Amino acid sequence: MARVRALYGTTPLHLIALATSLALTAYAALKIAETSGALSIGLWLVGAALVHDLVLFPLYTLLGRLAGRARPRRAVNHVRVPALLSGLLLLMFLPLILSLAPDSYRSATGLLPTPYLERWLVLTAALFLASGLLYALRARRAAH
Amino acid sequence: MNLSRLFSKTPPPGPFRPGAWRSPLRGRWMTSLLASVLLVGIPFVAVTGFLSYAAYNPRLGSNDLTANKGLLGFYLFDWPTEPVWLYAVNQGIHVIGGLVLTPVLLAKLWSVIPKLFTWPPVVSPAQALERLSLLALVGGAIFQFVTGTLNILYWYAFPFSFYPAHLYGAWVFTAGFVVHVAIKLPLMRRARRTRRLIDELRVPLEQTRPEERFEGQDELVPAAPREPTLSRRGLLGLVAGSSAAIFVLTAGQTIGGSVTRPVALLAPRGRVYGDGPNDFQVNKPAASVGVTAEMAGPSYRLELVRGAGGTVARSLSRGQLLELPQHTYRLPIACVEGWSTTQTWTGVRLRDLAALAGVPAGTVMTAESLEGQGTFATTTFSADQVAADKSLLALRVNGVDLSLDHGFPARIIIPAGPGVHNTKWVSRMTFEA
Repeated sequence: MARVRALYGTTPLHLIALATSLALTAYAALKIAETSGALSIGLWLVGAALVHDLVLFPLYTLLGRLAGRARPRRAVNHVRVPALLSGLLLLMFLPLILSLAPDSYRSATGLLPTPYLERWLVLTAALFLASGLLYALRARRAAH
Repeated sequence: MNLSRLFSKTPPPGPFRPGAWRSPLRGRWMTSLLASVLLVGIPFVAVTGFLSYAAYNPRLGSNDLTANKGLLGFYLFDWPTEPVWLYAVNQGIHVIGGLVLTPVLLAKLWSVIPKLFTWPPVVSPAQALERLSLLALVGGAIFQFVTGTLNILYWYAFPFSFYPAHLYGAWVFTAGFVVHVAIKLPLMRRARRTRRLIDELRVPLEQTRPEERFEGQDELVPAAPREPTLSRRGLLGLVAGSSAAIFVLTAGQTIGGSVTRPVALLAPRGRVYGDGPNDFQVNKPAASVGVTAEMAGPSYRLELVRGAGGTVARSLSRGQLLELPQHTYRLPIACVEGWSTTQTWTGVRLRDLAALAGVPAGTVMTAESLEGQGTFATTTFSADQVAADKSLLALRVNGVDLSLDHGFPARIIIPAGPGVHNTKWVSRMTFEA
C-alpha cells in the first residue's frame, strides 16, 4: 500500500476511480471514432475547453477590468452588471439574435427569426435603464 | 514518484506566475458553493437526457439514430404512455435546466481557472491522471451545453450529426463528472463549512475580504488580492439573477399558454402563430419537407399492412377514417428541443386500426409519412403505445380539420412520447404480424 502511495501519489482508491472513468471515456472516444464526422466531434470536445479557457475567459475578464475603471467607483457595477447580463444573453442566444440560421429556423418553425434582435436590444435597454435608475436613486440617497 | 523534477523551478511568465490571479472573491468556499449547485442540477439534466434517449424506444425499427452505440445506448424499458405530460416535463427539465445552469457552469469555471495554470503542471502520476479526466469533464461539459443550445436554436454549425454526438458527449461528461464528484466531495463539504451562506448575504462590498487560506493550502485564494469591486453576495446574486433571467426568458416555451409563452422572449418557441384552432407550434411545415396539398388531397389513402412486406389489408380514405369511432383527448406535443404545446385532438384509436388490419391490439406498428425521406418519416411504435386508449390517428384538432402543416389528412398522436414520433401525413401503417 505504502509503495503504491509513494509511486502513484495518493491512495489506490483514487487510481481505481480514475481508471474506471478514463476507461469509460476511452470507450466513448472509440464510439465517436466510428461515427461519421469523428474528427470534428473530437475537435469540438477538446476545442470547447480551449475556446472557453483561452478566448472567452480572457475576453470577459478584460471587459470586466475595463468596466472596473469606471468612475466614480460606485458606478462600476451599475455598468458591469447590465453589460454582463446583456452579453450573456447575446452569447447564449446568438444564432437567434443575429439570425445566423434563418433557413433552418424557418424550415423548423415556418417563421423567420426576425423579432429576436429587437427583443434583445429592448432587454439590453431595459437592463441599463433599470441599473441607471437604481444608481441615480443611490447617488441621491448618498448625497442626503 | 515526484514528477515536478521534469519542469523548471521557475514558472513561465503570464498566468503561471504566483500572484497572477488576483480576484479577492476566489476561494474554496466560493468554488464549493457553486459546485453544490451543479452537484444538484447536473444530475437532473443528465438523467433526463438519458431518459430522453429511452423515450425514442431505440430498440424498435429504425428509431435509434446512434447506429454504433455499443454499450452507450441502452434499452431500459418500453417508454410509458402515462402520465401524458411525462416527456414534456422530462424535456423541460433537460433543456430549460441546461440553459439555467449555464451561468452557474461559467461561474464555476471562472472560480477554478487558476488551477489550470498551476506550476509545475504535474507533480505525481495521480495528478496527471486527474488532470486528464478534468479535460474530459470540462471539454465534455462545454461540448454538451454548446451542442444542446445550438441544436434548440436551429444553428447546425457543427459538422456532425447531433444525436450521436450529444449521446457520446454525455458519456464523456458523465465519466468526468462522477469521478470528479467522488474525488472532491469530501473537500467540497469541508470547504462549505468554512462560511455560512446566510452570513455572507449580509456582508456589503466595504466589508468584503478574501477568504482565509483553506487548510493552509488554498491555491484559489490570491497571494496578492486586488481591492474588491464586487461583494461575495453581489457575485452570487449576479449568477442567480442570470439564471433567473434565462428561466423567465425561456421557460414559457415548455409551460405553454397564451400568457406564459410570449414571456419567453428569447426562446425559439416562445412565439404565437395566431388565435385560430390550428395556430400552435409547428415542427417542419409541409413546405419544408415537400408535402403538397395535392398529395394530401382526394387521392390520399391510408394503407394498413399486416406483416413487413405483407399485403395491404385495408386502404382507407379520409372520409372512411372519419366514419370510424372517434375519440377526443387533450394531449401535449413535446419536442426533444424542450418546447411543448397541448391541444385537443380527435381521431381514431390506433388499436382500432390494428383490429381493422386483423392483428391484436398490442402489436408493434411502423408508420410511414407522405414526406418519404427524412429522419423521422418512418417511426416504429411499441405494442403498449399502439394499445393505449389515448394513442390516436388524429384527423381533427380543437374542433376543426387538421391544417396541412399540422399533418392533414391524418397524423399520429402518442401520449407521453417524443414530439417527432407524432408522425404527420401518415400514409401507411405496418403491423408486425
